[in-house]
Amino acid sequence: MSIIWFSMIIFGMIVAIFNGKIEIINDVILQDAQEAVIFAIGLTGIMAVWLGLMNIAKKSGLIKAFALIMQPVTKLLFPKVPADHPAISAIMMNMVANMFGAGNSATALGIKAMEELQTLNKDKKAATNAMCMFLVINMSSIQLIPLTVLKLRGDAGSAAPTEIIATSFVATAVSTAVGIFVCKVLEGREG
Amino acid sequence: MIYILTIISVAAIPIMISVILIHGMIKKVNLYDAFVEGASEGFKTAVRIMPYLIAIFLAIGVMRKSGAMELIISFMKAPMTLLGIPPEVLPLAIMRPISGSGALGVLQDILTHYGPDSFVGRVASTMMGSAETIFYTMAVYFGAVGIKYSRHTVPAALIAHFAAMIASVVICRIVFL
Repeated sequence: MSIIWFSMIIFGMIVAIFNGKIEIINDVILQDAQEAVIFAIGLTGIMAVWLGLMNIAKKSGLIKAFALIMQPVTKLLFPKVPADHPAISAIMMNMVANMFGAGNSATALGIKAMEELQTLNKDKKAATNAMCMFLVINMSSIQLIPLTVLKLRGDAGSAAPTEIIATSFVATAVSTAVGIFVCKVLEGREG
Repeated sequence: MIYILTIISVAAIPIMISVILIHGMIKKVNLYDAFVEGASEGFKTAVRIMPYLIAIFLAIGVMRKSGAMELIISFMKAPMTLLGIPPEVLPLAIMRPISGSGALGVLQDILTHYGPDSFVGRVASTMMGSAETIFYTMAVYFGAVGIKYSRHTVPAALIAHFAAMIASVVICRIVFL
């Protein structure tokens, strides 16, 4: 991550100098840093709501029950995570939220899932196989209805804004399958 | 079908909340206290991810506003066209994993320029609907728990993203041409 971060900033700066737009750096520091803070603050509310609800579900035993039902799938994807671990429920709820396009709820539940996975991690600084798998599945997003895309298509005057739902779904399924496969191949030994 | 899907989409979260609350009620959990206790963690998490978010927003901001993004896109044009990806949707394919709002802007551009019902417009819409921002998601999720070494996450995510791009073109060719 350090190398990626460094390259992005230095490369961006060099290009900015060549384009004679070095003043944009100040602009970025001001605007984008502020945007990040606003975003994090905005996430606080929904994060608190889901953590509250998850705490109820934990105490009522719902989380354990739900995790056990999902066991056949999760055992395959996350072999090192115990079947009745709260991480499994958080991961599943994150996927459901993602599927239905509830982006912020999904982020809140995803962070919760990461925290639960971290409790199983021996080396707290390196990602576990389960974390990598979870993130890759998460990032190949299994969204049933891409609402923002539909809205943009509608606004642009499309005769059939929804005709891309099926194609998106197929493309997503392919990328999720590829992601899971690549993860399994690259997994190797955990540190 | 679409109508039903939309209803399910809107109802999914309320249903999840109701199930949790009703199950808690039946099991006689002290709902209010349990909720407040859990919710108090929310602020800590938000504060914890903030520096990571700032770091990633900064890097993406510099890349986008300096014109470095356009440069990378022009470099990638030849190899990507060879793979059958229409050059018009390239900016989107490259922007998508880096910045969600940036990608939305690019998509809007493509849709107004080529028309939403053109082949290019359909491929672009499919790409947008089938991919997710990678670096930002990584920053938030790994940042929240203090993971420094992401191991094989980046290569696996990029390969999956690449598969989504190719699959978008292929499926659109099959369905719309």
